[in-house]
Amino acid sequence: MSFLDVLYFIIPSAIFYASPLIFTAIGGVFSERSGVVNIGLEGLMVMGAFIGILFNLMFVDTFGSLTPWFALIAAMLVSGLFSVMHAVASISFRANQTISGVAINLLGVAIALFSVKMIYGKGQTDYIQERFIRFDIPLLSDIPIIGPMFFKDVYSTSILAVGVAVLAWFVIYKTPFGLRLRAVGEHPMAADTMGVNVTKMRYIAVILSGALAGIGGAVYAQSISGEFSHSTINGQGFMALAAMIFGKWHPLGALGAAIFFGFAQALSIVGGQIPYVDQVPPYFLHILPYVLTILAVAGFIGKANAPKASGIPYIKGKR
Amino acid sequence: MSNRVVNILVPVISVILGLLVGAIVMLVSGYDPVKGYLALWNGIFGDAYAIGETIRQITPYILAGLAVAFAFRTGLFNIGVEGQLIVGWFAAAYVGITFDLPMYIHLPLAIIAAAVAGGLWAFIPGLLKAKLQVHEVIVTIMMNYIALHTTNVLIKIVSDGGDNTGTIKETASLKSAFFESITDYSRLHNGIFIALAMVLLMWFILEKTTMGYELKSVGFNQHASQYAGMNVQKNIILSMVISGAFAGLAGAMEALGTFQYAATKGGFTGIGFDGIAVALLGANTPLGVIFGAVLFGSLKYGALNMPNEAGIPVEIVSIVVAIIIFFVACGYVIRYFLEKMNKKKEAK
Repeated sequence: MSFLDVLYFIIPSAIFYASPLIFTAIGGVFSERSGVVNIGLEGLMVMGAFIGILFNLMFVDTFGSLTPWFALIAAMLVSGLFSVMHAVASISFRANQTISGVAINLLGVAIALFSVKMIYGKGQTDYIQERFIRFDIPLLSDIPIIGPMFFKDVYSTSILAVGVAVLAWFVIYKTPFGLRLRAVGEHPMAADTMGVNVTKMRYIAVILSGALAGIGGAVYAQSISGEFSHSTINGQGFMALAAMIFGKWHPLGALGAAIFFGFAQALSIVGGQIPYVDQVPPYFLHILPYVLTILAVAGFIGKANAPKASGIPYIKGKR
Repeated sequence: MSNRVVNILVPVISVILGLLVGAIVMLVSGYDPVKGYLALWNGIFGDAYAIGETIRQITPYILAGLAVAFAFRTGLFNIGVEGQLIVGWFAAAYVGITFDLPMYIHLPLAIIAAAVAGGLWAFIPGLLKAKLQVHEVIVTIMMNYIALHTTNVLIKIVSDGGDNTGTIKETASLKSAFFESITDYSRLHNGIFIALAMVLLMWFILEKTTMGYELKSVGFNQHASQYAGMNVQKNIILSMVISGAFAGLAGAMEALGTFQYAATKGGFTGIGFDGIAVALLGANTPLGVIFGAVLFGSLKYGALNMPNEAGIPVEIVSIVVAIIIFFVACGYVIRYFLEKMNKKKEAK
């Protein structure tokens, strides 16, 4: 394999593994920008993956090849609804947001597995028949070098992921809504004084994060795993959280970080097929994403980048 | 109502609400909640064997709970208990199979090895937090995955490519012939005494030593502690290491007591994460941790009886546990309602 061949092989894989992380990390950006820490992304992703697979299996006869897309919407709605729990706890009930997030994580896995056992009588679902499929983008895939790298055999969900990231950047930095969102996360009292409804903004942000994490989970389940079991979502939510931090709470930064983590994940999975990399013991490739994450958060981010009010419940009238 | 009573009432109400939600979930899913909880009860207290196994399950929960609680008291959230437990498990098993020593040296050595391994594993996030202000939650989560892969590889190396270290030598075992005889050969082992001793140790460190005072002080207010001349960085690292050592001991309970070996794992044990629930329910106090561990240990073990006796998936208990954590986290609302009720009473 020549170097270019390796790139043609690894870059699409990296983007492939990155797309669920991108959706979820963008969700995290919305939530944290509004001042609510959402460590429950993992649980929300689990819920999304479960609903995605469930819907896909149940309605495949009705919707045919469009099933994955409808399943994606179903997952988005259910995870969005599920995240309301986190919103109520951390915004209205002034709960410790990290703990509430942990509860969401445990609950997501528990509900999903409970339902799977109830419906299928075993610990995992069947494999879905209709997955997200790859296609070549006409014209663009004919461009030499970058064509085969970025536009050949791509998943439409990958394109959507990048689109969502760019859209999130536009919403957060170029619209009044985004300005309010950031204000609420930096200095809720000042925002409140200016007539911004802090509670409402935060609710919207948390539900957005739930919906996006749900999409992330459903994309993962319907393009990578193909079924749902206890190990389908295994740390992707936390990786997305790390991608958000690594990306400095910026949508495009999170996009880049997610692709970087996707690359690390791809390397650990398909590394055995790449010359030189296949000489590395699989163990090192397995721990690579996690080690990189630690190095990333330890080395590349300065202090005090997090939104100022992140993690603190807003109590009206409190100085 | 005094503050003390409210502090006890909040977890109690959370547990009741959690069980209530569990009952509703069972009802909605078409199961019989009475039958379900009866099966749970029998799973916990059904016979001598069940009681023995329940206490066996409670043992690592106490230590995992202590680990989370100890870090919490210094203002640190150690989600890495799971990983520290796994490396402790391996370290204890390794010492257990490798050396030929008399019991009074071998057993303590294996236990200490687990504590050291857990402590070292927690040292990294502690150091990063102290020196670089890296958030310990992210680092400990990542360390969990690294621990899982690392121990799996080490077990493969130790066992020449197998997936099990083999049984530890009897001189390193926590097995108790006495417990076996009174609990119908359950796996209940002497580790429960170690767990209880550690509860006492944590209480002693936090309440009776200068070190504990400093750790708590850093947890309350880092800047004030620094101003008072305490070494904040040192205390953060120390807190994580002690927390990790407790977690490592929880692993030793599994290696030297329950399983007598270490095997490669496809996923986490869950004990470390449940430790968060245990600590929260126990309000991060040593005595509270015992109650939390008794509750969650019993629920987790008793649940195993639910599929057989009532046909209900064991995950129902995970739902109940998650709901309990959720309500404990929302303690503010429960306090609010308690105060309101109290005021009404006083008005009458």
